[in-house]
Amino acid sequence: MSPGTIAAVAVLLPLVGAGLILLLGRWPNIREGAGLVTAGVLFAQVLRLLEPIRAGERPEWVLGEVVPGIEIGLQVEPLGLLFALVASFLWIVTTLYAAGYMRGHHEENQTRFFAFFAIAIAAAMGVAFSANLFTLFAFYEVLTLCTFPLVTHHGTEEAKKAGRVYLGILLTTSIGFQLVAIIWTWHLAGTVDFRPGGILEGTASSAALSVLLVLFVFGVGKAAVMPFHRWLPAAMVAPTPVSALLHAVAVVKAGVFTVLKVAVYVFGLDLLETLASAAWLAWAAAATIILGSLVAFTKDNLKARLAYSTISQLSYIVLGALLANELGAIGGGMHIAMHAFGKITLFFAAGAVLVAAHEKDISRMSGLGRAMPITFGAFFVGSLSIIGVPPAGGSWSKWYLGMGALEAGQLGLVAVLMVSSLLSLVYLLEVPVRAFFGTPPEDAHHAEGFHEAPWPSVVALVITALATMGLFFYPNPFFDLMKLMVGQ
Amino acid sequence: MIDQLPALQVIVPLIAAPVCVVLRRPRLVWALMVAVVWYSFWNAIQLLGLVLESGPISYALGGWAAPYGIEYRIDTVNAFVVVIVTAIGSIVAPYALKSIEREVSPDRIALFYTAFLLSFAGLLGIAVTGDVFNVFVFLEISSLSAYAMIAMGQNRRAVTAAFQYLIMGAIGATFIVIGIGMMYVMTGTLNMADLAERLPAVAGTRTIPVAFGFLTVGICLKLALFPLHLWLPNAYTFAPSTVTAFIAATATKVAVYMLLRFFFTIFGAAFSFDVMQLDLVLLPLALIAIFSMSLVAIFQENVKRMMAYSSVAQIGYMILGISMASVTGLTAGILHLFNHAMMKGALFMALGCVMYRIGSVELQAMRGLGRRMPWTMGAFVAGGLSLIGVPLTVGFISKWYLILGALERGWWPVAALVVMTSLMAVVYVWKVVEAAYFGDSFDQDEPPGEAPLALLVPTWALVVVNFYFGVDATLTAGVAGTAARSLLGVLP
Repeated sequence: MSPGTIAAVAVLLPLVGAGLILLLGRWPNIREGAGLVTAGVLFAQVLRLLEPIRAGERPEWVLGEVVPGIEIGLQVEPLGLLFALVASFLWIVTTLYAAGYMRGHHEENQTRFFAFFAIAIAAAMGVAFSANLFTLFAFYEVLTLCTFPLVTHHGTEEAKKAGRVYLGILLTTSIGFQLVAIIWTWHLAGTVDFRPGGILEGTASSAALSVLLVLFVFGVGKAAVMPFHRWLPAAMVAPTPVSALLHAVAVVKAGVFTVLKVAVYVFGLDLLETLASAAWLAWAAAATIILGSLVAFTKDNLKARLAYSTISQLSYIVLGALLANELGAIGGGMHIAMHAFGKITLFFAAGAVLVAAHEKDISRMSGLGRAMPITFGAFFVGSLSIIGVPPAGGSWSKWYLGMGALEAGQLGLVAVLMVSSLLSLVYLLEVPVRAFFGTPPEDAHHAEGFHEAPWPSVVALVITALATMGLFFYPNPFFDLMKLMVGQ
Repeated sequence: MIDQLPALQVIVPLIAAPVCVVLRRPRLVWALMVAVVWYSFWNAIQLLGLVLESGPISYALGGWAAPYGIEYRIDTVNAFVVVIVTAIGSIVAPYALKSIEREVSPDRIALFYTAFLLSFAGLLGIAVTGDVFNVFVFLEISSLSAYAMIAMGQNRRAVTAAFQYLIMGAIGATFIVIGIGMMYVMTGTLNMADLAERLPAVAGTRTIPVAFGFLTVGICLKLALFPLHLWLPNAYTFAPSTVTAFIAATATKVAVYMLLRFFFTIFGAAFSFDVMQLDLVLLPLALIAIFSMSLVAIFQENVKRMMAYSSVAQIGYMILGISMASVTGLTAGILHLFNHAMMKGALFMALGCVMYRIGSVELQAMRGLGRRMPWTMGAFVAGGLSLIGVPLTVGFISKWYLILGALERGWWPVAALVVMTSLMAVVYVWKVVEAAYFGDSFDQDEPPGEAPLALLVPTWALVVVNFYFGVDATLTAGVAGTAARSLLGVLP
């Protein structure tokens, strides 16, 4: 298979997986097996793209023309490959985790759940490998729509309300701003292809391009830059595997990935640097970083706290893109991967606590550490990565983001990064500290002795925790890809 | 044979109609109808191919040359419209069998198909003819038979709806014939090409602008441009499902075609837009239609009525594109003719399936239907996504060209409005989705059941078309672009 075909296969494979899952719905074990195999094969295929990309190839694959001049096409470049690698690897782990979680939690309609999950991964692969803005937008919308049944999985009144917020904000921003921005780009540049160095240079006044950038940044609602962040906490009504893979990795990263890609391949970093709105938007992202952290403090529900933490962390990547220098872009790209591993570990742990001890609130998790040492240990490791201290991968991306901010001469933004790290230190570490050293609440019925979640879930969260640490010692694959992206 | 295609396009269904009355047996009549409609579709494809290959076709009816006899004239614009009408017909025809058996009393079925074929022939006649009086004649044929079909609806209010439509339609037709009469008085010809040649000489008189006014109002009544749409919601709501699907997807589209033909070919874009400033009338009305009707649709409890109001809004999109009077705008308008036919056809056919099973399309009655009729509601959701304009559906392609057209003219507020009303479509489509997928079943006793395949297959065929031409719109966008250029007189 040529590398271009592999990209197409990567988009199709999860769809085939979804079909298999639907067919095998009656036999849960075989169904989950099929899911795991699909995920494994997918990761193997994506991995095969690494060598050609490193060798400087940019494989392409074209389905056909939609309207004259606009194609549905795939093109693999370093940033997309990084996103695809992360998403496809974590899909394997999440499938394993979900097998334990969904049964342990006695969820209904599991076949539908796993099928839509697979479709969401297909859409994420499509986003990662899109060759132009049109293709990206199409997959972006598919991703929104196919995660809707996952968010509203429980079918309750609460889920219905959350679904409205979810769809409302994501569709409003994407159709209201992003679509207009894409058509405007087409009108200005006569193309919507992603090209190194950008396509917008010299097509319009700097004021007009500034407005266009605003439309793009807020139009990508999945990046959750405030005030368009409300959908993410709303999405937390979904079963935990969805929150873990989709709302910490695939969906939200598709958003920041889009912002980064637009910054690098549509505007180009050189042009971006000259735009007035890039600086303002960087401050909007900075505000989101701080406010997200502050709101996270007020949340006692663990998943809600993690959601706000995610909002805050996503803006790191948006900030990295808007710094408009190579270090910032490298830091932003690395953070896509680093945050993914860290945050998925945290969500896995939150879900494990829910399944094993039926607790959602942090205040009620005191003393649980003795029953669930592995879970809370993993949570600790994940927290380190989000805070950005060794020995966890997150320290590298924060390092480069800080360097980027320094290079841009924005000392204020450096301060924001530092303050935010301190804030996350407090609100995240509270959880394991309480669990290990707190006394259980009076009315809690925590099991005596060792009582972890079902083994597939525990294995999954151990894998991601180890990977988080591993990325501190060996971040090279992601780092090299990002260097390729900025053309070093 | 090839030479006779333009005439056969109209003659075959027109002759088959009375044969239906003679045959009487419902299934036999149905089979004849399907055969005729499918033949027409084949005929239309041939015509479009010929036109795209070798330019406009002129056909002298009965061998009488143009100024004396009636000329049929096919170019890209009407070849495309004929394809739309016959394509929708071909998909609705097989669907009609079960749906009509359920919704129309048995003794009237043969008459129903007669009316159906007459209406079909009338619409095709309007499209192919090159003679303005002939337009009026075919308009009456198609309208009268449409009134009859609507009146056959189950609900007794169908009769008042048909009557309402009859009154409004008759006013529209009268205005049109007055306009045509005035043009005839001033130029002495009814042939479109001749009219286009002779009108500039008399354009300075008072009569021609008055004729222009009568025609504008008459045609806008027929195509249900706000505020002349009052007949439409009731007619769509109470007509039998098959009729709603067919009329929603074809009748208003042919009326839009009439608008294009009169204002661009006969009067010419320069006269219509520079002298008469038609855009000053059409643009605000289109914008109000798009916004207000989308808003009204949100508050409807009957889904057919909701979709009817949505149709008025969607017609606003077509008129909006036309009022831009640019190649991109006109392309958007013509493209949306096709695209809207596909999406609304699919939506109304899905509603027909619902009607078949539970006998109602009230939101209340559709609660929990997502589990009982997964395929039907799946088709509805797919059609709804197309209506919203989600990428990879035809609706998206229309939105793309419309917004592009608005940006080209620098009309930012218009682009914003198009976007905003797409979001309003999300609201009303999602009202149905929430009822169907989150509501508890309204009637627990009724056994769950999917609509019969005879209904589902055509519905899904149209859904597939929605996605196919959303992914590969080179054909539709190409044809619409050619049609737009030929209407504006811009050589490719």
